[in-house]
Amino acid sequence: MPLKPGELDLGTTIIAAEFKDGVVMGADTRATMGSYISTRNANKITQLHEKIHLCRSGSSSDTQAISDIVKYYLQLYSIVNEEPTTLTAAELMRELNYNNKEVLSAAFIVAGWDKHSGGNVYILPLGGTLHKAPFAITGSGSTYIYGYCDSLYRKNMEKEEALNFLKNALALAMSRDGSSGGSIRMAVITEEGVERLYIHNKDIPEYNDLEN
Amino acid sequence: MNFDNNNNNNNFYESVGNVTKQTTRPIVTGTSIIGFKYRDGIMIAADNLASYGSLARFKSVERIFPVGEFTCIAGSGDLSDFQYIKHLLESLMIKENYIDDGHVLTAPHIHEYLTQILYGRRSKLNPLWNSLIIGGFHDGEGYLGYADLLGTAHKSSTIATGLGTQLMHPLLRKSVEGRENEVTEEEAIEIVNDCMRVSYYRDARSLNKFQRAKITAKGFEITEPYSVDVVWHE
Amino acid sequence: MSSIGTGYDISVSTYSPDGRVFQVEYASKAVDNSGTAIGLRVNEGVVLAVEKLVHSKLLVPRSNRRIQTVDTHIGVATAGLLADSRHIINRVREEAQSFRDIYKYQVPGKTIADRVGQYVQAYTLYSSVRPFGSSAIIGIVDNGGPHLYMVEPSGVYWDYFGCAVGKGKQAAKTEIEKLKLSEMSILDAVKDAARIIYAVHDNAKDKEFELELSWITKESGKHQFVPKEIAEEAEGLAKESLNQEEMKDD
Repeated sequence: MPLKPGELDLGTTIIAAEFKDGVVMGADTRATMGSYISTRNANKITQLHEKIHLCRSGSSSDTQAISDIVKYYLQLYSIVNEEPTTLTAAELMRELNYNNKEVLSAAFIVAGWDKHSGGNVYILPLGGTLHKAPFAITGSGSTYIYGYCDSLYRKNMEKEEALNFLKNALALAMSRDGSSGGSIRMAVITEEGVERLYIHNKDIPEYNDLEN
Repeated sequence: MNFDNNNNNNNFYESVGNVTKQTTRPIVTGTSIIGFKYRDGIMIAADNLASYGSLARFKSVERIFPVGEFTCIAGSGDLSDFQYIKHLLESLMIKENYIDDGHVLTAPHIHEYLTQILYGRRSKLNPLWNSLIIGGFHDGEGYLGYADLLGTAHKSSTIATGLGTQLMHPLLRKSVEGRENEVTEEEAIEIVNDCMRVSYYRDARSLNKFQRAKITAKGFEITEPYSVDVVWHE
Repeated sequence: MSSIGTGYDISVSTYSPDGRVFQVEYASKAVDNSGTAIGLRVNEGVVLAVEKLVHSKLLVPRSNRRIQTVDTHIGVATAGLLADSRHIINRVREEAQSFRDIYKYQVPGKTIADRVGQYVQAYTLYSSVRPFGSSAIIGIVDNGGPHLYMVEPSGVYWDYFGCAVGKGKQAAKTEIEKLKLSEMSILDAVKDAARIIYAVHDNAKDKEFELELSWITKESGKHQFVPKEIAEEAEGLAKESLNQEEMKDD
């Protein structure tokens, strides 16, 4: 589904990965309308439940609407049933994505920690599938970093290693993808809770520019 | 909580004039699958790749799943629809189990059920974008069926879908047809490996990592993902 | 019941002056007339047992089951009017499927018990309906392990270690209270369940009965009738212990 006229695109590079104690998530902060940067400090990491978050990519109106709905469902779910697992959150997202695939341009990474299965990452691309993965990337910038991520991701990384992996992957994507950029937001979710990190634009690692 | 907004779709399209009405198109896809009869029953195979256009996006997707003890379904085409079909069949088997009369659904029943579902959806201009292989063991012999997004269905001793109809089916027919009751398990495995190797050589949406399932009088067995050796000449 | 015949017992939409809803209590009477059903929860799973009274030799053995499967991980044993019980089980199945359709996994015990409780309770509110003459014992193994619930005609439900309902419920509860459920293996729970059903069966009033025995083991996570050999052994032991009891009495 191409963007509707006037629709805000999250361009985007988003990423999440399992590590030793849970999951880490990361996103750039750029949102564009065509080539105009309509928001340069967007927050694409959204809380769904206490220890379940998601990264949004695609149309920001679609992804905000869906995450608001699922956030509400999970709130209700935790009252009526039990604490939701990351998988339950991901299945609800999938259901909305699948049933409305013709009209949505939305892709998500759902990640979180729950007491049944620890840290988990799920990815929901366009079309309404759901996949479990040790790490996941999506968004326009992600295409530039498949090689980087495939070669450097390892299971059971320490927190600092995992955050470094995310930071470098995002920085590389942001340096090549015009629709990704700004600063880096990251989140760490473990049994202990959620920690949010912000890497200012000027602190993003730089890479050799061969034309200089 | 009802997520199904299909009923509202028409209104939506009417209210948004510039959106053309279209049926679903496959987005995350699985490539060709194969199945054939051999002496002990049925052998089927599918690789573990979920493609996103030309991007090899997910490399450990299971595209064969069991339904009951004596049937396996393999799917190609749109994987969101395939995941939906899996949910449908799980629900169906739970419901059938309630009757508790000792009868269980076997491959021909499941084949018919899937065909009706697929035909029903294509008749609503909203097809489930898949080609499926139904492999099972029923009434003392192997059962191999095919069903696709058009609602077309048939039985055959050899089946391939997608590009596999050109790449693998000729190989299958040559090795299997007329010898269904002679092909041993060892030979059947070799046939699967040869087919998947050719598929890997010539299908740009394939992966050299796949699973094989056999369904015999003893039930089903699905292998762990594995690869075949490949030959490259300079 | 002193208020019988005073007009306060014909509708669930009218309380009696001392705050009771007689129709609900009468529904419980219907349950009390039924063959006993019990449930035991141990660490390894849940065991359900039913004393199914057989009113006629013309009935096909093992027909009209009073224990049924819901989804794959739930067993429901019922006591009371069989038709009402079937209706409740139907509802449990619909609820389990609806949960599965939305959340794509098996409904947890707390949720299913609550939904069935809400449903049954709705039949105690309107003059146009009759409360269910049935209690349902729900055995389940979910993410949190084994659970046992019982939903009564009033719609109330509790989470139990062991429960009993039907004719022999008092005697059965006394027996269950003697068990060390938290230390017991599921095989022993099967034997005790069979023994209790045989012990509370009143041979003088009801001649024939069939023992229905099912379990949900933590290992399989599935509700199944106890395999023939194990069930037969348990039933054999139950008969034996009954004979010993009788000899003591003599």
